[in-house]
Formats: sequence, C-alpha cells, structure tokens
Amino acid sequence: MHSDRAPLGLKVAAGLGLAFMHLPILLIFVYAFTTEDKSYQWPPPGFTLKWFAVTWERTDVWEAMGLSLKVASISTVIALILGTLCAAAVSRTKFFGREAISLLVILPIALPGIITGISLRSAFNLADIPFSFWTIVLGHATFCVVVVYNNAVARFRRVSGSLVEASMDLGANSFQTFRYVILPNISTALLAGGMLAFALSFDEVIVTTFTAGQQQTLPIWMLEELVRPRQRPVTNVVAMIVVIVTFLPILGAYYLTRGTDTVAGQGK
Amino acid sequence: MTSAIRLSGVSRHYGAVKAVDNIDLDIAEGEFFAMLGPSGSGKTTTLRLIAGFERPTVGEIQIYGEVAQGIPPYKRPVNTVFQDYALFPHLNVRDNVAYGLMVAGVAKYARHKSADDALEMVALGAYGNRSPSELSGGQRQRVALARALVNKPKALLLDEPLGALDLKLREQMQEELKALQRSLGITFVFVTHDQGEALSMADRVAVFNEGRIVQIGTPEDIYYRPESPFVADFVGSSNVLPPRFVAPLIGRQVYGSLRPEAVYLADQGHPAQVTSVSFLGTATRVSITVGDVAMTMLLPKGAAIPKAGDTVQVNWDDADLHLMAAP
Amino acid sequence: MSTLSGMLTRISDTLWRKPNLLILLLILPPALWLGIIYLGSLFALLAQSFFSIDEFSGVIKYELTLKTYGELFRPSNFDIIVRTVVMAIAVTIGAAIIGFPVAYFAARYARGKWKALFYLGVMMPLWSSYLVKVYSWKLILAKEGILNWMFETLRLGWLLDAYLSIPIIGGNSLSVSATGTFLVFLYVWLPFMILPIQASLERVPHTMLEASGDLGARPYQTFRHVLLPLALPGVIAGSIFTFSLTLGDYIIPQIVGSSRRFIGQAVYAYQGTAGNIPLAAAFAVVPIILMALYLWIAKRQGAFDAL
Repeated sequence: MHSDRAPLGLKVAAGLGLAFMHLPILLIFVYAFTTEDKSYQWPPPGFTLKWFAVTWERTDVWEAMGLSLKVASISTVIALILGTLCAAAVSRTKFFGREAISLLVILPIALPGIITGISLRSAFNLADIPFSFWTIVLGHATFCVVVVYNNAVARFRRVSGSLVEASMDLGANSFQTFRYVILPNISTALLAGGMLAFALSFDEVIVTTFTAGQQQTLPIWMLEELVRPRQRPVTNVVAMIVVIVTFLPILGAYYLTRGTDTVAGQGK
Repeated sequence: MTSAIRLSGVSRHYGAVKAVDNIDLDIAEGEFFAMLGPSGSGKTTTLRLIAGFERPTVGEIQIYGEVAQGIPPYKRPVNTVFQDYALFPHLNVRDNVAYGLMVAGVAKYARHKSADDALEMVALGAYGNRSPSELSGGQRQRVALARALVNKPKALLLDEPLGALDLKLREQMQEELKALQRSLGITFVFVTHDQGEALSMADRVAVFNEGRIVQIGTPEDIYYRPESPFVADFVGSSNVLPPRFVAPLIGRQVYGSLRPEAVYLADQGHPAQVTSVSFLGTATRVSITVGDVAMTMLLPKGAAIPKAGDTVQVNWDDADLHLMAAP
Repeated sequence: MSTLSGMLTRISDTLWRKPNLLILLLILPPALWLGIIYLGSLFALLAQSFFSIDEFSGVIKYELTLKTYGELFRPSNFDIIVRTVVMAIAVTIGAAIIGFPVAYFAARYARGKWKALFYLGVMMPLWSSYLVKVYSWKLILAKEGILNWMFETLRLGWLLDAYLSIPIIGGNSLSVSATGTFLVFLYVWLPFMILPIQASLERVPHTMLEASGDLGARPYQTFRHVLLPLALPGVIAGSIFTFSLTLGDYIIPQIVGSSRRFIGQAVYAYQGTAGNIPLAAAFAVVPIILMALYLWIAKRQGAFDAL
C-alpha cells in the first residue's frame, strides 16, 4: 500500500493541515517589519527595520531575556541530573514501585499546567516561602525532568543489557562502565533531552505566573504585552526573536536523535 | 586434573521459577566443556552464574580454587563471548578489542599492539579501523572472540556463539574454535542447544533439562549410553522405548533406546507399519510404528526403500538396544 | 590517582554486591524531588480545597469542610465547568479531524526528504513558543487584521457578519467570540494530536496492509477495517493531550474570546485578586478528576501503548 500514490484529497487535506500550523507563525515575521504601531493593520502600510533598534534599547526586554536564560539553564541542569538518574534506575531492573516512579515523572506534564502552578503556589504559601529566582526554577525543573527522562530511558534500555555486562566482563568497574560505555551511548539522547528541556523552560508561562511573583521572564513580559499592549511593534520583534531562539534547539535535538529508535520531542 | 570451575549445589531461583536447580559441576583446566540443552533448561543461566552476571540463590561457585561469592564480574579471571556479541557500537574494532586492556590501565600504544595481534589471530588484522556495524555476523563473532581472548582469561565462556551464523560458516567456526582452544590450552565453557555442535567439539558434555543436569559425560557416553529417555531423545533423536515394550524382550521393566541407524529391514523380526518416508540425501529416514510405539529408522544409501503404508519386518542387534535405569 | 581509582573500585564492588542499594541511590534524588516538591504541592492544593473562606473577613478558615466544593455547583460556577468541558470536547474532535490526514499522509506516503519535512513540520509548531502562537492569532483575528481583510477583499464580509450574529459561538468580532477561542485552542494543541496518531500508524506493519489487500479488501476497506482500528489508540492518546491542555488553560480565553470564563481563568482569578485560595483549589481539582476519568477510559481502550 505504501507504494501507492496518495489520493489527491488526502494530499490536499494534509497540505492544508500543515499550512494551518505554519502560516500564523510566519505572519509574525511580517509584522516585525511593519511601520504601523497603533493597530494590527493588514496589509502593513509599509516596512521598516527601526523596531529592531527600538527593541535593542529596551532594558526591560533584556532583563526578562536574561532571567529566562538563567532559569532555563539551571532548570535544564537539574532536570538532566534527575532525569538521567531516574532513567538509569527504571531501565536497570524491575524494582518495586517502578510504575509509580514513571507515573510520578510524567504527572507534572500530564496534568494541566495550571494545576502544577497553583499547587506550587499553595505550597509556597503554606510553607511561607517568598517568591524568588529559585521558586521559578523549582517549578521549571519539575516539569523538565520528564523530557530528559523520556529521551534517556529508551537509550538506557538498549545499553543496559549485554553492553554493560560485556564491559564488566572485560574488567571495567561500574564507574568505568558508566564513563566508557554508558555515557558515550546516551550522550546524544541526553543532549537532545537537555535542549528540549531548555526550550520548554524558556517558553513556559502558565506555571511561571504562579511561581514568579513580581519577576518577569520573557514569556511573562510577553503576556503582559498581550493583555495590556504598550508598544505593539516591540512585541512583534520579541515574538520573532523567541521563535528563532526556540527553533534552534529543537532543530538541534532533531538532528542529534535522527535515525534512532526514539526521535526527540514527541513527549512534550 | 586441576579443577578450573566447580559448582557445588548451585541454584538460581526467580520466585517460584527454578532456572537452575541444585547443580554440581566440575570443569577441569584446559577442558573444552559443552553445556547442552533446550532453551530454558538453565544452561545459559549457569554460564552467567560463572561469569558473575547472576548470583546463586544457594550454593558455591569456585573459579580456580577461589570462592566467587561477592566477586564482581570485572574481578573474575574469565571472559565471555556473548550470544549477540555485545560489541560496543561507539568504538571501532581495535578499540573494542583493546577495551579490557584500556580499563586495566595499559598504555595506548601497547594495548593497540595487543589488539592488532589478537585481531591477526582471528584473521581480521586489516579490520581494526572499521566500525562493528560494518562487519558481517561471522566477523563480529571473531571480534568478540578476540576481545575476550586479548585479556588472557583463565577460562573463556561462550554463550551460543555460533547460533546466529549460517550452517556453512558455523561448521567452519566449529573447526576454528576447536583449533584455537587446543593451541591456547585454556578452558572453554560452551553453551549450545545444538547437539551436533556439542558432540563434535567438546571433551565433555553436560546435558541440561529443566534447570538440572541430567547427564555429564564424553560425547560417546552421551550418544551411545544415554542415562534417561530425555537424553536419548534430545541428543541424536534416538527411539525411546517404553518399559512395556522393553519388558517382553529382556524381562526387565526399564526404558530402552535404539538409534535410528541401528534399526534395519529384515526377513524375520518385528512387524512394522510404514507411516512416512523422507529422503535425506546420504540416507533415507523411514517413520514406522511397531505395535503402538512410533520409531524412526535410517536406511543407508542403496538399501531397498519401502513406501508409506507398507507392512514390513524390522529388527536390530541386541547390543544396540541400550537400557536406561533412570525413568 | 591510584588511591582514587582504588576507592572507586571498592565502591563499585559494594554496589555490585548490593544491587538494590545502587537502585536506591539512583532513584532517591528524583523521587525525593518529585515526591516532596510536586506531590507535596499537590497535597497542599488538595488540603486547601477542603478549607473555606470566611465570607465577612475574607480570611481562610483552616477547618476541614466540603462547603467550598458545594460552591462549585452554584449556577455561575457550574456553567464555567460545563463551558470548559464542551470546549475541550470540541477542540479534541476538531484536532482529530484536521490532524488525522496530516498524520496519515506523513506515516503512510511521505518518504525520505518529505518524511523529515513532515516530521519537522509538526515538531516545530509543537515546540515553538506558546505565547507567540497565541499572539499570532491575536494578529489574525483582529478587526483590522488579515482574516477580516480577506473576507472584505473577497466581498464576503456579510457572511462573516451573519456568522458572528449567531448566539454563543458568535460575538462582536472573531477575536472576542467563542469561535476565536476555539480556533486558537485548535491551532495550539493540534501537533499534540498529530504525533501520537502518526506514531500509532507507523507501527502498523506494511505486511498487514498487504495481507488485507491480498484477502480482497479494497483500499477503503483496508483503511476502515484495519488501519482505523489500529490508529484509534493513537487518536485517544492525542485526545488526552488536547483534552487536558484545554481544560487547564487560562491564557488563551483571556486573550482571545468573550468575557465568559473557563476553569483556568476561574482558578487564576480566585487565587489572585479574590484571594479565595480554597475555591481556586477546588476548581483546580475538577480537571484532575475529569482527567482521571478520561485516563481510566483511555487505559481500557489501550491508548497508552501509543504514547
């Protein structure tokens, strides 16, 4: 059947579906260059580069971007450590409670973000923890673990069978086996998982609104602009930059895991 | 003979499943020892117990006189050739072979030299820079062999190493393994489910069934003097004769076994019904029923061949009827 | 160096002798993190939902009561729940209809370069910024935006006006109508529907389809009787995402849509300015229960094999 040509109707439906998914994002790119600054007028009356310069001068954008990068980096590091440990344990043997652990890892992303958000918020409230950089990281790392875990666990399973035994048989202790056999075989999966975790954290807004207090990450900055627009063209430019910044790690993760059994990103 | 590997009362249970059940085994130094049995009979688990990948539930394992209890695989003087070869996909062939030397801290030049020598020994001297994925099944098998032997183990454990190869290559590798074992003089412990392989290569064979060893002996012992119907049937597909068939012949209630090639057509003997005839090339296999017992006979080339449905007379020499005390 | 490696070997020996200790050491950090931070927080939320707020002072009374849950059934609150569930169902069905052909084409017909293109074509929107995606629809649906412009240029403005005059789904303009909210939800969650369907379709071996054809089934019959039942777990897996994500979202209806609230908005509003955390918590428990029900049904249909 796969050698057949696709029916025309299917081709059109699939093409329209893809177009539906992509055209809105491309529209952002056009709006970043519009000369109109009071409304979302289409077609744009003219094109200009000046909003890039204006955006460059905006310290609030830079600060929000800086905070987002810092949060995403640290959350990614924590998620990498916790996700790898978890994947190692789960793939190793059938221990008691293994299913429970898998469920626990997936839960923060399976339940709506607002639940994670308000849960953390109530917990901070009950425990009298004031909002800070670390309250944001706490939330982000929690839901990023699953991305790393998903990427690592399949690869771990493949390595943890006879390759690990072969290494031990040839005289390598557990640490040497990890260093010389496991790590080289899971590194691309980890890198891909890390990139996806970074992208996920960099973009997150729902949980963050509950854990950030008065701090502004880039998505929160954008949310403010969406609810109460101040300078629309700056928002357009920032939106375009965000698209490009998240585009790169996704593409990287895809190419790193291409052709393996689990291509990264399916478990957002 | 010094004992290389000794198992005393070793069991490995997984919950209610007795993968290995109270095994005693004594493998001599320099011996080519085969563990033969159907899948799930415990032979591979026994090998893994020796290598250290599994821990005995009870019992003691000694390797060259040293109790193996609590000694991890990386400290045991044995190396394994895995069924799937388990070559490291991220290393080239040379680094695969040099792996054991690397983790032991041997300098790069020296370990590459040793690895190249080992590859030369298995006729893969020119393949050091290849990736394992570029090799054929037979070549991977040789790399796995070189990777184990380069560490100069006191015993080499082989887990169905020829299972994935085609018939011709398998026969060639059998010869080579046997020659290699003779020239190196180290103990080989070989797991297989192929009785022909076990009989042709090994000095001694242990036949496994349901987690137990049912017979240990030389290939001749196993082939000509099976101690139980299972061995008779599994090793070389003998005709197993129930006591009710044997008793009228010799007056004792025991199982008998009769090799297919020992049965011949005769003018006087036991009346038999031919059920099917298959041509095997060098011989012809004829399935018959004698009374209510199904048997097969192997007729040499040139003999007169009956047809399915014929009634014939068959016979055998008394000396070929082997009696088994065990049920 | 040698003392270090000697120490590592000794640790390694110990871990080999006690394999359960190794598992414990591996699992402890993530289990503690998720157990304390996440489960602890969920528990805190659950606990809050059993408290109530003093109507006069606005102070939370720390006594266990079901009073707050009772408030959920007040007509204004219950409407919110019904509205959200209807929207989630509509979005799920819409995503399945639009997503299936894309997934089907990608899994069955796209080869080589096209396959990669389709894959990235679904992955990129999945991972690109949520807010940017929502924002792009604010641009599209704006009164002076591209969609109105298209209707005007095609002289179909009357059609749009007629549609917007329909109660409930219509409104003053698309950007403040329930239809607008639906479109944005559909757009943002569509990739979550496509990927599981594609995964489940790709697991159907070609030989199975050939066998069906060989047994005399025409392409449509093969599709209907072989492919569709095998893809169903994928559709259900995808619907778990679209359903759950719609239930919990509060940003999309806030930016595009009418003033009628969804569960997420209610949670956000009650915990924020209203300071009624118990009621916010009780509202948040609703999606958890709905999702638990949904997952239970999905599990019985075997949807988890396609995740």
